[in-house]
Amino acid sequence: MSRDTALVSADWAEKNLDAPGVVFVEVDEDTSAYDGGHIPGAVKIDWKTDLQDPVRRDFVNQEQFSALLSEKGIANDDTVVLYGGNNNWFAAYAYWYFKLYGHRDVKLIDGGRKKWELDARPYNKDVPVRAATQYQASAPDLSIRAFRDEVVQAIGVKNLVDVRSPDEFAGRLLAPAHLPQEQSQRAGHIPTALSVPWSKAANEDGTFKSDDELAKIYGDAGLDGSKDTIAYCRIGERSSHTWFVLKELLGHENVKNYDGSWTEYGSLIGVPIALGDEPGKA
Amino acid sequence: MTSPSNTAASNIADGCAAPDQSAPIPASVDLQKETVITGVVTNADGEAVGGAYVRLLDASGEFTAEVVTSPQGVFRFFAAPGSWTLRALSRHGNGDLTVDATRGVNEVGVSVSS
Repeated sequence: MSRDTALVSADWAEKNLDAPGVVFVEVDEDTSAYDGGHIPGAVKIDWKTDLQDPVRRDFVNQEQFSALLSEKGIANDDTVVLYGGNNNWFAAYAYWYFKLYGHRDVKLIDGGRKKWELDARPYNKDVPVRAATQYQASAPDLSIRAFRDEVVQAIGVKNLVDVRSPDEFAGRLLAPAHLPQEQSQRAGHIPTALSVPWSKAANEDGTFKSDDELAKIYGDAGLDGSKDTIAYCRIGERSSHTWFVLKELLGHENVKNYDGSWTEYGSLIGVPIALGDEPGKA
Repeated sequence: MTSPSNTAASNIADGCAAPDQSAPIPASVDLQKETVITGVVTNADGEAVGGAYVRLLDASGEFTAEVVTSPQGVFRFFAAPGSWTLRALSRHGNGDLTVDATRGVNEVGVSVSS
């Protein structure tokens, strides 16, 4: 994977809106943005109602994902071009998810909705009608998804990358600063995790920094390229952004996203937690 | 009888997306404890700018959070007492403002121009 295969520019997107075999998909937690205007021809996927199981705390399974994409009119051999708000967090989460279920050709629009808006590119409100397909998801590729036991075993062994804000890392805040702070679980971070906020990887307009800049950011933070890496945040969507950078843009081999992230880890009984700005000891 | 007020969807943990910026502050938010920085983004003609991206930068200029203004141009952050910079980006141009926030509600205005 590389920038050329995983990422397209807003300009490319606008020129390929009607290209055959290309499906634009807006992914967000709050889909009111889509309803108020979206990239012409794009279908929407709701991060919460479409991608999370309504009962169990998990995401949808292989059959549910197959049914979702069939209903959206997305075929296995389509090129899926994802974008969304929040600097593409939810679109990056969906990218990881499409990869997990084996979709072959997935791309992100560099900068997502923000870049599209700042460039003053066109929107429309038409909801496209796409004929249903018979989508067949593959079995989940667990080489890119980390679970809690594996994360505990990775302390002091693998690269753990905490992509939340410095105040969340240190335990001074429990959630990003645009959300109320009341939460029940413990604050802090997984011992030995490096603090590299997701935002380090993005320019102000939401586009990704250059490969050279990105390599320097993670190198300076102490990421050891010879080790496997697990990225986490609060609930797994900001860390999808960093997973995308490390795996798809920089081409690191073994990178997993821990989607349980801090909401799970910070609620586990008996696991070690570090407070303060330093990674802490294993 | 208990009413089924918890729908299945509300059992799912919220993601990190920002809530509706113009909605009233939820009653569960304790303004004795929270430091709210809120205001309106306006353009050179003094008109509210909806759909602007407002970034909250800490005292060292580091990114902390970002929200999109409501159709009325409103944004809101839950921060901490101290010095912050608000940076607004929009299709009408950009603008900055430094805020010394204290506990409670801090109301500010940010103007953008190209």
